[in-house]
Amino acid sequence: MRVSLTVNGQRREDDIEPRTLLVHYLREVAGLTGTHVGCETSLCGACTVLMNGRAVKSCTTLAVQAEGAEITTVEGLARDGKFHPVQEGFWEEHGLQCGYCTPGMIMMATDLLSRNPDPSEAEIRAALEGNLCRCTGYQHIVNAVRYAANKMRAAKGA
Amino acid sequence: MPVIPKFVGERIKRREDPRLVSGTGTYVDDVKLVGMVSAMILRSPYPHAKIISIDVGKARAADGVVAVLTGEDLRGKIGSVPCVAPAERVPFHPVLALGKVRFVGEPVAVVVASNPYKAQDALDLLDVDYDPLDAVVDPEKAFDKDAPVIHEEFGTNLCMRSEVPNPQVDEAMRKADKVIKFRLVNQRLAPAPMEPRGVVAQWHPGLKQLTLWSSTQIPHLLRSQLAEMLKLGENHIRVIAPEVGGGFGCKLNVYPEEALVAYLAMTLNRPVKWIERRRENLAATTHGRDQITYLEVAAKKDGEVLGVKASFVCDMGAYLHLLTPAIPGFSGLMMTGCYKIPALAFEQKFAFTNKMSTDAYRGAGRPEAAYIAERVMDMVASEFGLDPADVRRKNFIPKEAFPAPTAGGLVYDSGDYNLALDKALAMVEYKKMRAEQEAARKQGRLIGIGISSYVEICGIGPSALLPPKLKGGGWESATVRIEPDSKVTVLTGISPHGQGQETTFAQLVADAFGIDIDDVVVVHGDTAQVQYGIGTFGSRGTTVGGPALMLTVQKLQDKMKKIASTMMEVPPDQLIFTERTIAMASDPSRSIPLQQVVDAAYGYKMPIPGVEPGLEEKTFYEPSACTFPFGTHVAVVEVDPETGVVKFLKYVAVDDCGKIISPLLVDGQVHGGIAQGIAQALYEEVVYDENGQLVTASLMDYAVPKADMLPHFDCANTITPSPVNMLGVKGVGEAGTIGSTPCAVNAVLDALKPFGIRHLDMPLKPEKIWNALRNAKKA
Amino acid sequence: MFPAPFEYHRAGSVKEALSMLRQFGDDAKLLAGGHSLVPMMKMRLATPAHLIDIGSVRELSGIREEGGKIVIGAATTHAQVETSDLVRRKLGLLAECAALIGDVQVRNRGTLGGSLAHADPAADYPAAVLALDGEVSLESESGARTVKADDFFIDLMTTAAQPGEIVTAVRFTPPAPAAGYAYLKHRQPASGFALVGIAALVTLDGKGNFQSVRVGVTGLCAKAFRAKAVESALAGKGRDAIAQAAAHVTDGADALSDIHASSEFRSELARVYTRRALEQALARAKS
Repeated sequence: MRVSLTVNGQRREDDIEPRTLLVHYLREVAGLTGTHVGCETSLCGACTVLMNGRAVKSCTTLAVQAEGAEITTVEGLARDGKFHPVQEGFWEEHGLQCGYCTPGMIMMATDLLSRNPDPSEAEIRAALEGNLCRCTGYQHIVNAVRYAANKMRAAKGA
Repeated sequence: MPVIPKFVGERIKRREDPRLVSGTGTYVDDVKLVGMVSAMILRSPYPHAKIISIDVGKARAADGVVAVLTGEDLRGKIGSVPCVAPAERVPFHPVLALGKVRFVGEPVAVVVASNPYKAQDALDLLDVDYDPLDAVVDPEKAFDKDAPVIHEEFGTNLCMRSEVPNPQVDEAMRKADKVIKFRLVNQRLAPAPMEPRGVVAQWHPGLKQLTLWSSTQIPHLLRSQLAEMLKLGENHIRVIAPEVGGGFGCKLNVYPEEALVAYLAMTLNRPVKWIERRRENLAATTHGRDQITYLEVAAKKDGEVLGVKASFVCDMGAYLHLLTPAIPGFSGLMMTGCYKIPALAFEQKFAFTNKMSTDAYRGAGRPEAAYIAERVMDMVASEFGLDPADVRRKNFIPKEAFPAPTAGGLVYDSGDYNLALDKALAMVEYKKMRAEQEAARKQGRLIGIGISSYVEICGIGPSALLPPKLKGGGWESATVRIEPDSKVTVLTGISPHGQGQETTFAQLVADAFGIDIDDVVVVHGDTAQVQYGIGTFGSRGTTVGGPALMLTVQKLQDKMKKIASTMMEVPPDQLIFTERTIAMASDPSRSIPLQQVVDAAYGYKMPIPGVEPGLEEKTFYEPSACTFPFGTHVAVVEVDPETGVVKFLKYVAVDDCGKIISPLLVDGQVHGGIAQGIAQALYEEVVYDENGQLVTASLMDYAVPKADMLPHFDCANTITPSPVNMLGVKGVGEAGTIGSTPCAVNAVLDALKPFGIRHLDMPLKPEKIWNALRNAKKA
Repeated sequence: MFPAPFEYHRAGSVKEALSMLRQFGDDAKLLAGGHSLVPMMKMRLATPAHLIDIGSVRELSGIREEGGKIVIGAATTHAQVETSDLVRRKLGLLAECAALIGDVQVRNRGTLGGSLAHADPAADYPAAVLALDGEVSLESESGARTVKADDFFIDLMTTAAQPGEIVTAVRFTPPAPAAGYAYLKHRQPASGFALVGIAALVTLDGKGNFQSVRVGVTGLCAKAFRAKAVESALAGKGRDAIAQAAAHVTDGADALSDIHASSEFRSELARVYTRRALEQALARAKS
């Protein structure tokens, strides 16, 4: 069936099987392989994307449920060739090692900072409940999110 | 021209990251080829059963299906999944089960279809008739007379028995004030990297060339094994390890799916992709640990440990994977830890069970050893009412004793165990915490302080230490090429998958040639580009790969100095590399731009006697010995006496990995290691029920820790260079995992000490603690 | 990971959804946020031939005040409940509970109606809805009806909703502003579901003793339930009675057992968390 939605600011219309998961739509149809699959039980969060500005697990959402929605993936965060502050934070603070969970982490952190511009360490850890990382022990991820929060607040203040 | 900074030892952002934070890295599942089809595997739901029949008719007829194969279709076509480690009994390990299944998750059939949805549809149409058999689940019962036999041809479930006897141990037992006996379990764990395994294979029929992308830590070793399994020349196989989303040892292996997908691509003559699902990953990717140890410890009242005797039962699982029977050996040899325990004897029995194979998992044998050593120290302290820190000091190998031979027959390279312990105790404010603990106990609060001083073996090492059947050795390789535009390409035989050597190696090379880090590209993980290498495991990337790189750099430097020497008329030994120039050490104003030397080497318009054109060198570096990183971790925890929930109040880690090239990355490695070690201590456990069914079959039941299940880690280093290699590095990939598990366990048990609770097996889940407290209160 | 094929139908209204339900009968499943159903479909534990998507039915979504009651549409997400000013002010217990469901991503998609209709024994919402005396609105082609939360949860994954019925909303009478409440849960470490979750809602009399007590329990048994023995043991009593009363939470309970907690431990957790939830509720209540 036909779905139409906006992905990273670009309107798309595609014919898909109704059973297509949003993550498979993004990866296989839209060709955006930055969004990963790490489990099938909606737990690891590697597939996290923004749907109408809110973090969702694209492995637990059918593409047809995204009809008319605005989807943002990790590929859509940078502006004018410059990283989003969250991406920059992950780079700056060594918030990743193997990188597999990273796109999901970044999208989740982006959602968090849009709601809470100055989260505490505990708030960051709680917000990352739905994103597993096996490499970092999370500490540098916490630092990365804080870096981004400071940067974004400074940019707003300026 | 701006001054080029020095990079080694600095906080350098990783060069891997821009592609990874922007979603433009290429993992196996991101590989897309024209005409590619999807493979999906039907796996055994039974731990042990005869296969009566497999009806593939409906599946073959299903929409989009390209092929359906069973074990019988592959008989004689693909060799055994390899085990290169020595064992008395090595069973044939088929790619798809033949006649019998031996663990839940064993591959039984494969479906190839136009996409994974259709492959799953067809998979559901396969009909297998099984005749279930009794299963061997408990490795300690595997040798019982009435135990079902997993591999009939052996008539026993004993894979191997090994023994390291030592008559001095009996002497130690006689001299001891007390012989402390106890049993420890290092439970079975799932490595669970965030990227499950995956394979893409493409066959080029004209060239008779196979290209295989695999999420692996060992592209070259995999190539060698595939060549054997598929009866293809190694020069007809190209293995690519693209971005690899974590490995932790489980991708230091050769899996049925790698050979199977290659075979499918070759026979179907089209590209085939197989991507492991998480449930498959938990069932059919190698597990770690799973050792039971019975200990007898000879100790004096003052805390001195005179000898240790151990008996191990090690669970191999149903088949032997690449190194399965080699892992427990490290547990035995490293069991005396940082201590000058003079006598060690141990026996190990290796059992076949109806479970997934065990193999390397972050630390691979050493976490088990450190767990034993550090529980021993606490047991001794507890037995004689001594402070656990003092018992460690009493038994430490003193820093004057290095290089230090051990009871396990190893020689530790360098160390200063007191230094790390003192630093960690100072960071945690040990005395103050002990006083707070005492005060808290009076209020009924259960606070515990746990110490773990660990040492581990890394950078393995001289090739003779590796299994004779392994195609490679303990060496590592590097090629360094200065391109005609002075940019540097490094080809390394290690295969990093998160460790960050694209950064650390670039730091080393940039400093060596006086160039910018951006001028260096590090290539790895492609057997068509890179000379044979061994791969990344055992914290060897920088420890063995680093010296290989630097020896190569030196060869190039020598050659360039020779060229510069003729151009500058200065003896080569008076030249140095600095700021994109080659300069006279005593007078840097006398210099020549690096580019001119490169031009001379490539242009070769003025032949230089004794110097070939071009700028490329290669080294195969064989390490002379292993390295032994060490450190002390201290944790302070509070146990909720009502629910058994453990909360960290502090976590301090002092790690000594020798010289540090990239401090930010060292911290990252330590953090991740601690997380996995704490996970073993408190959360994770692969559970098979009494019938052999896998209970922790998804992440809904296997508790990989989340951000709020782990504390903030307070990390520091001491730096004791290794004399073994020119970089003075020891390795850091596994240190955190090895130090943290006993640290957390000792802390929890220290909290429970007032109740007379001597030991609890991991994971220390709330229920276990609650139960122990309840029983103690009853008693 | 790959659901079986199905026909997809997007309903524009409850009426349309109901007519589709009649048309497709047992072969159809309702889809709202999909956070209970899609995971089952990915495992092929659920293979409906028809999916009726009610996620974009406007009348099913949103939070409003209606005749002194607060009405929350069935397709309202956990995140909307968690962050709604109205819910926070008047149904603090529900907001507190919603904030502890799953993780952020799940809360952004999962819905109140979906959670209740699925009736997972370890879901969080049922405890709070029971304690708040919520009423579940059901609609079928033959009309609408309301079922009290107490009567809604029948058994493991089984509710009072009949085939052909849709959960359309949950209605709550806001507790007195002076009421105290708490939702506490012991997370299953892997899944994040409640090994035990306790929702307590109390009001006090002039002396500071309990006037009314309602305790909802999830995770302990095959279905969520109200701990009436605890409630009655506390009537008219004060703080000192909490510990003893809380122990009654397991009266007659057939506690679940799995690798994460034996029935014994679950029972103990229920007792401890009931006591703690009541203590916290009491501390927040005003006489």
